[in-house]
Amino acid sequence: MNRSISTENSDPGRRELNGTGVAERPITVMRPPGTRLGIDWPEIWRYRELLYFLAVRDIKVRYKQTAIGIAWAVLQPVVSTAILSVLFSAFARFDTRSVPYPVFALAGLLIWLFCHSSITMSSNSFIGNTNLVTKVYFPRLIMPVAATLACVLDLLIGAVILAGVMFYYGTDLTWQLAAAPVFFLLAFVLAASVGTLFSALNVRYRDVQFALPFILQIWMLASPVFYPTTLLPEKWRAIFALNPLTGILEGFRSSLFGTAFEWKLIAISCVSLLALTALSLLVFRKMEDDFADMI
Amino acid sequence: MNVITVNNLSKRYFLGDKPANSLRDTIAGMIKFAVSKRPPTELWALRDVDFTVHDGETLGIIGRNGAGKSTLLKILSRITKPTHGTAEIRGRVGSLLEIGTGFHSELTGRENVYMNGAVLGMRRPEIKRKFDEIVAFSEVEKFLDTPVKHYSSGMYMRLAFAVAAHLEPEILIVDEVLAVGDAEFQKKCLGKMGEVTKEGRTVIFVSHQMGSVAQLCQRSLLLDKGSLIMEGPSPAVIEHYISHGKEKHASYTADAAAVQREIFVRSATVTDDAGRECDAFRHDEAMTVRAECGVNHLLRGTELRMVIRDRRGITVFTADAELGSLSDKTENFAAEFGIPANFLRPNSYSVTLALFVPHQHIFELLEDVAFFSVFDGGTKYAQSEGMDYGVVFSPCTTSVRQID
Repeated sequence: MNRSISTENSDPGRRELNGTGVAERPITVMRPPGTRLGIDWPEIWRYRELLYFLAVRDIKVRYKQTAIGIAWAVLQPVVSTAILSVLFSAFARFDTRSVPYPVFALAGLLIWLFCHSSITMSSNSFIGNTNLVTKVYFPRLIMPVAATLACVLDLLIGAVILAGVMFYYGTDLTWQLAAAPVFFLLAFVLAASVGTLFSALNVRYRDVQFALPFILQIWMLASPVFYPTTLLPEKWRAIFALNPLTGILEGFRSSLFGTAFEWKLIAISCVSLLALTALSLLVFRKMEDDFADMI
Repeated sequence: MNVITVNNLSKRYFLGDKPANSLRDTIAGMIKFAVSKRPPTELWALRDVDFTVHDGETLGIIGRNGAGKSTLLKILSRITKPTHGTAEIRGRVGSLLEIGTGFHSELTGRENVYMNGAVLGMRRPEIKRKFDEIVAFSEVEKFLDTPVKHYSSGMYMRLAFAVAAHLEPEILIVDEVLAVGDAEFQKKCLGKMGEVTKEGRTVIFVSHQMGSVAQLCQRSLLLDKGSLIMEGPSPAVIEHYISHGKEKHASYTADAAAVQREIFVRSATVTDDAGRECDAFRHDEAMTVRAECGVNHLLRGTELRMVIRDRRGITVFTADAELGSLSDKTENFAAEFGIPANFLRPNSYSVTLALFVPHQHIFELLEDVAFFSVFDGGTKYAQSEGMDYGVVFSPCTTSVRQID
């Protein structure tokens, strides 16, 4: 029997590995859950490459084995806009001021479709990657965030289409356009928080899979996606803005079309978004320790 | 210096494991709990486990299914949290509880190498640097840009292991990843494992294959029902583990119908050298099959036959005991078949007994009446357990000499 391995291992001369002394190595302590509630942001930063790879994987895989591939990212907003335009210019009309309805609708749909697809994707991110959860460690928060990140590509493609449509309708651009990326960012935070919340709930309650489509549908109807906020009476608008999407959509459209920013609505939505993000992080943090045992 | 310190580590699961997977269950559960106050059944997968691992040591963890080995690895890998106690690890941990984690069938071999590397905690420059080496090790160069769904399972496994094998953590945690793949591949994996341990890395290795543990690890832990029951040099722990199985023996005792026969087997047992009943032996232990028989009427020419078959049902050998020496008045007798040490290769075996008069009458035929297994206690063949080296150790004498 080959015992030579054992004797070589106990040789103190080969202690140094990768040039790091044992005493200087970082210490990790595994403790029972609930002893720490904070989120280890530096650790998430260290795992940024995994975040990137997971997002890229999602993008690469999404349109594999589809006949028209990435064209779906173009088709979805275009077809939805066309349908809405036919509906709401031919049958009913919304007062969208000087903005042509197709441009108005496409701007709203761009943000909405991003939220819709990324929340749907991230809510399934854990149960669709059971192996990753039960076989390796990584900061779990990376999973839903990567799924959200993967949808940014579609958002950018949509933005190019929007630019084309705006050019076609001769929309005048103002300096306010510079604020548009801020609302993209807010939309990202919103989608990531809601996605994170549902991804955690989905591990425990598979009801999410059935409930989420309804929730998203209702949410869309309750948000100014295809109608303007001005449709509502003035006094109701503040309550309406508790839905973070309201402020984001309003602000995004203002920056595109050069209309005055509704600061009050945007502020309410931002505060509400902050609260929502905090809540979803808290729920996620409470639940993530049990993911591997529960999934 | 200790790189791993485990203190009072315990992990509790509630039976049914998934307490509630839908909201309805949770609500129903709350109501039920309020009404019945019946606590859910709990299971301690680990109970107050303490141990330490020195830097550069290779530690084996053995135990039966459900002993808590996987739970322990999952806690050390940070996948799940302990219920009580702590585990402290000093240094970068790489854990291989599975190979190919994060592989996606739609992605190409190349993409999966990067993906899998990132999942295992490798940085991009590191993967880039080792990429050629990984590919060479996996032997799938030609198919690097083919989606892995078109790979054969062997290719898939090789690529997955190649990435894992190039992980260079300070502490490596390995679960039975070697139990997959063909013999050639397993040999390669074990070779790589041997190299890793020589490099002075700390390795924790869980396996069912005693031969591999004996070869790779100087020290082992034995877990049973969540508790650490033994810790020490691998050969001693393996020995204890195997002999521990002696309580659960595969033996046979005649029922009421059987004892009516003219001649019958009253009991059949497999015992070790010391006469203890046993169902698991080291390859270098002798074993004895003992059959106690009852006689109501002894017919001339009756024989007791024992047949040993391996797991695949292949007959290894047949042994006959002549009963001619027994007197007509015999009511009970015992026959022992001694199987020498270093004869049966590591495998599982069954014992079949028959009482019969050749070409005339079969009084009793007991198919697979007892079972036992032979473990590799550290032969040179252990490196590739699972490969077919035959059923018995070779009795050949070999000589090699130069000729002109």
